[in-house]
Amino acid sequence: MAQVIALEEKGPDPFFVEFWQHFKQNRGAVAGLALIIAFVAIAILAPLLAPYDPTLLQQDALRLPPVWSDGGSWQYALGTDDVGRDILSRLIHGARISMGIGFAVVVLSLTSGLFLGLFAGYYGGIIDRLIMRFIDILMAFPSILLAITVVSVMGPGISNAIIAVAIVAIPNFTRIVRASVMAERKKQYVMASKTFGASDLRIMLFEILPNCLAPLIVQATLGFSDGILNAAALGFLGLGAQAPTPEWGTMLADSRPFIESSPWMVTLPGLCILFSVLGFNLFGDGLRDALDPRLKK
Amino acid sequence: MIRFLFSKLGDLLPTLIGISILSFVLVRLVPGDPVMLLLGERGADPQVYAEMRSSMGLDLPMWKQYFHFITGALQGDLGNSIISKRPVVTEFFDRFPATLELGVVALIFAIVIGIPLGIIAAVKRNSFYDYFLMGGSLLGYSMPIFWWGLILILIFSVHFGLTPVSGRMSVMYYIEPWSGFMLIDTLTREVRELDGLAPFRSALSHLILPAIAMGTIPLAVIARMTRSSMLEVLGEDYIRTAKAKGLTRFRTIAVHALRNALIPIVTIVGLMFGSIITGAILTETIFSWPGIGRWLVASINARDYPVIQGGVLFIATMIVLINVIVDLAYAVVNPKMRG
Repeated sequence: MAQVIALEEKGPDPFFVEFWQHFKQNRGAVAGLALIIAFVAIAILAPLLAPYDPTLLQQDALRLPPVWSDGGSWQYALGTDDVGRDILSRLIHGARISMGIGFAVVVLSLTSGLFLGLFAGYYGGIIDRLIMRFIDILMAFPSILLAITVVSVMGPGISNAIIAVAIVAIPNFTRIVRASVMAERKKQYVMASKTFGASDLRIMLFEILPNCLAPLIVQATLGFSDGILNAAALGFLGLGAQAPTPEWGTMLADSRPFIESSPWMVTLPGLCILFSVLGFNLFGDGLRDALDPRLKK
Repeated sequence: MIRFLFSKLGDLLPTLIGISILSFVLVRLVPGDPVMLLLGERGADPQVYAEMRSSMGLDLPMWKQYFHFITGALQGDLGNSIISKRPVVTEFFDRFPATLELGVVALIFAIVIGIPLGIIAAVKRNSFYDYFLMGGSLLGYSMPIFWWGLILILIFSVHFGLTPVSGRMSVMYYIEPWSGFMLIDTLTREVRELDGLAPFRSALSHLILPAIAMGTIPLAVIARMTRSSMLEVLGEDYIRTAKAKGLTRFRTIAVHALRNALIPIVTIVGLMFGSIITGAILTETIFSWPGIGRWLVASINARDYPVIQGGVLFIATMIVLINVIVDLAYAVVNPKMRG
């Protein structure tokens, strides 16, 4: 999300130049961006990069260790799982699934949270109270517990897991948008476009929203990492993607019985989750520092 | 202050009602018929089926069912578990101490390690230590704890054989629950006279890995929070005054800066209860810890209606109440917050 916007502003926009000057000094944030680009590239190019079909069963290659341990070979660089599927290919295709889940979760929760927050902040009064009570109620449920309950209502599977995880993420977006809208709505430029007869929706979307974008972009980035993490947790609990889908959390759950004999089956999918989540967190942190004028020297 | 108190309490009631409605409705949307589940094979007889259904109150209109649920809940009755036939409240309190003990030890772990790391990072700002510690804490913050738990098991249980893989206590000992905290119950005089310190050591070795797994994310959050809070305080004039009047560096940091920096940290810890429960659900599943997290996951898989409904209501209510208490406590300490 965030880097798409960044790429669009390629021209010598002074704001972007200043932002980039600030951002590139943060080595962690640049590393995060590199991680994200790597994972997104792997996700897009998955069919080209993966040496095997991720669901192909090979009866003669069960639980082969990765290349660096005894008995491993370059034929299956990261080894194979208990039914003879190539782990490298599964991890590569898993990037596609996790990035897709993250994107879908952010789009869903961002749009719902955006409108709830705009309405609550702009209209205030009874609408604000109603929306914020709803948000309070959602926030009272621990995220995984709410997601598990939602998935058990709708049935396990990737799309239901996405919906569940997106619902859990709505409050963050709503609160951020509401807070920025409340700070903006009394300002002169809003009053000005009101006197020109602009509709409420137009003022909200085209006047106020562009001025609230910075915290929203940061939250969208962090929403990616939460989405990936929560969806993987659902997969781990058997409620997300179902076998043989090469989803990282599901792969972890399936490999649990082999933790002693074939530890690589457990280690590798977890590392993928960890580093994709870390990438978005590093990048989000860097964005926040670069976009927050209070922190600029 | 009084006005702030009442506006907080005024918000509380609709939230609590909303929570009860949501947990009631969600559970009723779960596919699968609890009566069929209960009767199993015998469900074929329509007579028995109808009797069972009415005895569970499922033939009543929705609003009546909700009314029964909420009046029962207010009197401390959340119905009986379909699986065990025991009251949900009893089942809950049987398991709650296990989760509480795990959560408390995990939080102590997070605080005892997180706050000093945050202070070091703030004092040595922009040094190698700062980057190293903050990088490490972001890594901890990004940790999928269901994987982290497995890795801890792999290293400490499988590879080194130091700790047991799962459970709360060795089956060799029977410990009479007194406080519900194993670490305390294994130290009572009767246990010590019978088995010495071995049961305590067993309880501790069972507890240590799940507590680390569960405490990792709070640790990262606390370390980051401590750092930013300390940085803010260290820039204040009174710190310069403290330095100028010749106080030692340690005294300036430990007494003058830390005390003021602690307020937001305490708030963060208070608001962590919800994420502790989330952590408990995953951690208890991995370590077969007999707490409410694992119980709820098992109940959801078994479609045990009353348990899900009651357990979810209970936890959500606790979270809301704790958050309000933290808010109020914060407003007492910091008048600026009484908005």
